[in-house]
Amino acid sequence: MLEVEKISKSTWLNESELYKCVHCGFCLQACPTYLATGLETESPRGRIALMKAVNEGRLEISNQVMRHWDLCVQCRACEDVCPSGVPYGNLIESTMDHVRDYRRIGLLPRLAYEIALKYLLPNQKNLSVLVAMMDFYIKSGFQKLVRKTKILRLISRRLENLEMMTPALNGEFFRADGHVYQSGMADAEKIQMLTGCIMPLTQGNQMRAAVRVLNKAGKDVEIPSSQVCCGAINSHVGDVEKAKELARENIEAFSKDNIDGAIVVASAGCGARMKEYGPLLADDPEYSSKAANFSKRVIDINEYLIGTQLQPGESGVRRAVTYQDSCHLANVQKVRDAPRNLLKSIQGVDFCELKQSNICCGAGGTYMITEPEMSKKILANKMKNIIDSGADTITTANPGCFMQLQNGIREAGLDVEVKYVTDLLDETYTKK
Amino acid sequence: MGQSQSLKMKDLIPELKRIVGDDYVLDDQADLLVYEYDGSIDRGNPVVVVLPDTAKEISQVLKLARLNSLPVVARGAGTGLSGGAIAEHGGIVLSMARMNQILEVNRSDRYAIVEPGVVNLDLSTHVASEGLYYAPDPSSQRACTIGGNIAENSGGPHCLAYGVTTNHVLGMEVVLADGSITWFGDNERDGIGYDLRGITIGSEGTLAIVTKISVRLLRLPEHVKTMLMSFETIEDASAAVTEIIGAGMVPAALEMMDHFCIKAAEEAVGAGYPEGAGAVLLVELDGLLESVEEESEEIEAICHEFSPLEIRVATDSLEREKLWSGRKGVLGALGRLAPNYYLVDGTIPRTKLVDVLKKINEISERSGYPIANLLHAGDGNLHPSILFDERKPGDVENILAIGAEILRICVDSGGVLSGEHGIGLEKQDQMPLMFSEEDMATMSLLKLAFETEDLLNPGKVFPTGAGCGDISQARAIARVGPGAYI
Repeated sequence: MLEVEKISKSTWLNESELYKCVHCGFCLQACPTYLATGLETESPRGRIALMKAVNEGRLEISNQVMRHWDLCVQCRACEDVCPSGVPYGNLIESTMDHVRDYRRIGLLPRLAYEIALKYLLPNQKNLSVLVAMMDFYIKSGFQKLVRKTKILRLISRRLENLEMMTPALNGEFFRADGHVYQSGMADAEKIQMLTGCIMPLTQGNQMRAAVRVLNKAGKDVEIPSSQVCCGAINSHVGDVEKAKELARENIEAFSKDNIDGAIVVASAGCGARMKEYGPLLADDPEYSSKAANFSKRVIDINEYLIGTQLQPGESGVRRAVTYQDSCHLANVQKVRDAPRNLLKSIQGVDFCELKQSNICCGAGGTYMITEPEMSKKILANKMKNIIDSGADTITTANPGCFMQLQNGIREAGLDVEVKYVTDLLDETYTKK
Repeated sequence: MGQSQSLKMKDLIPELKRIVGDDYVLDDQADLLVYEYDGSIDRGNPVVVVLPDTAKEISQVLKLARLNSLPVVARGAGTGLSGGAIAEHGGIVLSMARMNQILEVNRSDRYAIVEPGVVNLDLSTHVASEGLYYAPDPSSQRACTIGGNIAENSGGPHCLAYGVTTNHVLGMEVVLADGSITWFGDNERDGIGYDLRGITIGSEGTLAIVTKISVRLLRLPEHVKTMLMSFETIEDASAAVTEIIGAGMVPAALEMMDHFCIKAAEEAVGAGYPEGAGAVLLVELDGLLESVEEESEEIEAICHEFSPLEIRVATDSLEREKLWSGRKGVLGALGRLAPNYYLVDGTIPRTKLVDVLKKINEISERSGYPIANLLHAGDGNLHPSILFDERKPGDVENILAIGAEILRICVDSGGVLSGEHGIGLEKQDQMPLMFSEEDMATMSLLKLAFETEDLLNPGKVFPTGAGCGDISQARAIARVGPGAYI
């Protein structure tokens, strides 16, 4: 068990950032957990009030206090609507980092946690073994058996919930093997692409589609081989040191060949993290300027494509499409119009807006695993809005959102497909 | 808290949980702390927070509260600016956040029936497809609730032409202090007899808990024109306002912001306000195309008399929204200039704008506290916002004294204590500036007609010591410290 150390005032938060919050309450309606519960304890303003109270010595960090911070999905929608400009993302990340020492977690969960965050996510080889095992579990029919017999429920509800989230695999793994995917066009510009950790393993087909679309846009796409996980999940759960380590590795991986072109990212969460490598490594004398330069090169794939001469294929698609904003694309990278405009550029797309498309779906990186109950509450509302939209296809911009929406749709029994914008663009070239 | 009461509390929590469900009763120290504030500077810790879902549950909670002599403070989104939702005397905070359903929209009779927790803007968004909207538009309309608007009789930029909340509420279901559920007002027309609906609106939760509201909906105007006029000095802008109103025109909205506000709003949303201007006017006209055009020409002509730096007209709805986004977000945006602001809400005759603003500026210079001015200029509703840092010793006392001084100037110039934010905790001690002893006594009798126990939002509206119960002297001293002007 960990020693709970005495709180020393203002060692963990930037006070000038914290006291920008004037508790006006404008953030409430942007917060998925507030909307799901109606409780101000689960609102950004409430979470900040708790940070202030701890900082002022009026409150000790307790399990109850940490609970409210843990329940934050870190979608950062509050940051986007905050008139005072409170950098909530920084505040919650430093808070999560700070409270790690206060947690009393059993040995086993902690071990699982450490292994997942230090050895699985950042390491494609280890992760791919696990994913291959999951694939076998699904394809062997074992999954069907487990779900039918509800055997896991006998062990624990939580485990059953976890099983329900086993991601369906979409084609072969997409490897970061240093390959350059040629566009076949003369004078093609060479760009680089991040693969991320989960996406290349569970959504190989979608990654290949993204590369094909980039080729169509006249770009040669290099997939640098020594790249690693972007570190987003580590910083969300408070392991800032590991996040920094991964950031440094990526900076090296993407500057090996002295390319200074765009680093295109198909996963909004990774893009957001990498665009903030600058501030993350600001105190690192060796890497601060490298990180700032690196961040400038990072661009989301939707944002990137809208700036190219890409012409969707003439055959188009025939779909009623809506779009769910990925939080870290909309709220952090401020990219909202690009994916919508790409969709509207496709012939045969009947685009309709999704009500509350700016509200998180509850995926939140590992949030769907660590906070399944709240995640499902948030997701339920999303499903209602998807039904109301009348769309047969929902697009999004991040693998977490993608899987979460897939799970929600499967459980709600809806006849709706989840796609990336690039999937639909790709369809316009491949379909007859 | 005495031994006997804490024992009672122990029994009270399970009882409350039985009424509203386990998840909707909060009594952990950390949880209560999150309900101690509103959008302003007052604080007070409740003993328990309860989130009911129906009028019936509220009725049961009120009965229980009465049995245990516990105060009950209703809370919407906690965006208020006068401490109305602060549990100053502990007790139960009744959060209406779960009662957020729009129950009925009647297009032909143009009304909607909503629960009190419905967010103001959500209502307008919901009925927009029917070509309708709900007119009162407080700047916090993205977050504040209709129930809270009723408690404070809230206004907003467009209340210049359309009137405040009380002009748009037809009737409402209420739970009285004894737990009985009844309906005030009428859907069809103003009823005869005493206007209990009108009395309840603006009573800040001291008379009854509102559980269902019938609101009037208006047809969206055919044409809207929004203009931004910038002036070198706030005096020029004020003089232009006086002239516009004096010429008999009633724009839908006529807002003013000084250079502090321009800076903050610009940083927050990049609304495109001109740099270097001493003040801007945001003018909106709506109605039939022809009359809007005619009025806008007239207003432009008037503004030209005061050598404007620039007159800009929003050409599409996007640009209009952008101009408004600066205004609607400006208060929170002041957080960029200082850790805290204390917004004073007073109203003055529009002919006194230049005079009063000059006096406010003098106070700012003398005291050393920057004062940002944003005004619903068209109806003379001032919002001088004193910038300070609550962590600095003496700051809170000083700014409260400054606020009191500004309000006295308002009243002396023929204005009133509050334009739209209510009295709450903030201005109760200034009530005698405006009301005679007879006035206050009549109001007390009215309150007593509703309940004699003083459990519904006690310690609000009435001056400290004048109401019922044990209103603490200590608080009065802390709030109106040495050098105060009362």
